[in-house]
Amino acid sequence: MLDKNGIAKRIAREVKDGYFVNLGIGIPTLVANFVREDIEVEFQSENGVLGMGPFPFEGEEDADIINAGKQTITTLPGASFFDSALSFAMIRGKHVDLTILGAMEVSENGDIANWKIPGKMVKGMGGAMDLVASAENIIVAMMHTNKRGASKILKKCTLPITGLGCVKKIVTNLAVLDVTPEGFQLIERAPGVSVEEIKNATEGNLIIKGEIPEMKIA
Amino acid sequence: MINKKINSVEEAVAGVTDNMTLMLGGFGLCGIPENAIAELVKLGAKNLTCISNNAGVDDFGLGLLLQQRQIKKMISSYVGENDEFERQMLSGELDVELTPQGTLAEKCRAAQAGFPAFYTPAGYGTEVAEGKESREFNGKMYILEKAFEADFAFVKAWKGDEAGNLIFKGTARNFNPCMCGAAKITVAEVEELVPAGELDPNQIHIPGIFVQRIFQGAHYEKRIEQRTVRQR
Repeated sequence: MLDKNGIAKRIAREVKDGYFVNLGIGIPTLVANFVREDIEVEFQSENGVLGMGPFPFEGEEDADIINAGKQTITTLPGASFFDSALSFAMIRGKHVDLTILGAMEVSENGDIANWKIPGKMVKGMGGAMDLVASAENIIVAMMHTNKRGASKILKKCTLPITGLGCVKKIVTNLAVLDVTPEGFQLIERAPGVSVEEIKNATEGNLIIKGEIPEMKIA
Repeated sequence: MINKKINSVEEAVAGVTDNMTLMLGGFGLCGIPENAIAELVKLGAKNLTCISNNAGVDDFGLGLLLQQRQIKKMISSYVGENDEFERQMLSGELDVELTPQGTLAEKCRAAQAGFPAFYTPAGYGTEVAEGKESREFNGKMYILEKAFEADFAFVKAWKGDEAGNLIFKGTARNFNPCMCGAAKITVAEVEELVPAGELDPNQIHIPGIFVQRIFQGAHYEKRIEQRTVRQR
């Protein structure tokens, strides 16, 4: 079974040379730590920066340079700043190659719910609805089940939807799944996790074709 | 040169009255019009509708207007960092219209650019689309979103000149340029105000035509919401 860093490490393998990547808050933010050093990738943050770098050294924080999680960051050579409308033009206009975000639920047809739990304080969708409505390559980073052990990989989402039919791939603590027209196709198992365990933790239709390899995470 | 310079923060908020709709730049606490907000608290105008990506924190940013119960409605994309906000929202004192962030930015830009409305895919099939016109283009569904109509826009830039030209810094740019000229009156506050001619016209982010009033803020706290650092 993977922890949050493990999920981020596995997703980092999906990041290819020359990609512009938008990372959501939470596990997706960790992906930047594990991208191979021999490829060129630029990270976009929806609040208006392309070419995000690591956190600043202590004493070098700049209140005017933050990421979408409001954390202080740095920029790398080649970086640029821009306004919010242009930022979402990059997103809506499909100029960003890969979007990685978290989810509360994903359904068989690729619907995602990640912004609202009825009865709880609703914080808002931020940029999630814009991202999922336009991005063509969306990977979801999430735990396979909730704290009570119930599956979050469902036939149909029960929570208010963020976007319809948009998720292509899911990486959880248990497995890598592709969203296909027939359902969730099991691609890889997390280290030490059996196909049976994944089956039991998945409410939506799980497609298992042949031997399922164990994930390789460096 | 048409001079936009005003001499005090009191002049900046002159004309703001109860029930008005205000746009306020900033993302979290980054790039917020600190001086104008502080003066709006002093002014005490009530029943305001505020268009701002976030709602500040309890003791800074728009949280200060919330503490004084000056806001009746917030139009934002994300509002999580404020206990007083949560209390007023849950008790029904405060009306909240959550809007996808890109749509929020574009509703500002549309107002600035003279578009009454635009189609966006963001929110199609969700609660956000309820009651809105939808339409298919090239096999994909979009919803119709309308431009904002606001009385005042309060924005913050890094540098400006007396002609109202603005230059922003870092991610403090965010919603500020989109809101310039998107309301009846745009008020810009800057960290450094210089005479016309001192800024390179090639480097201007927002031309002065979009700004009616400009002043240099007396003090900037520029509070950091999440201080994150790495070890040397």
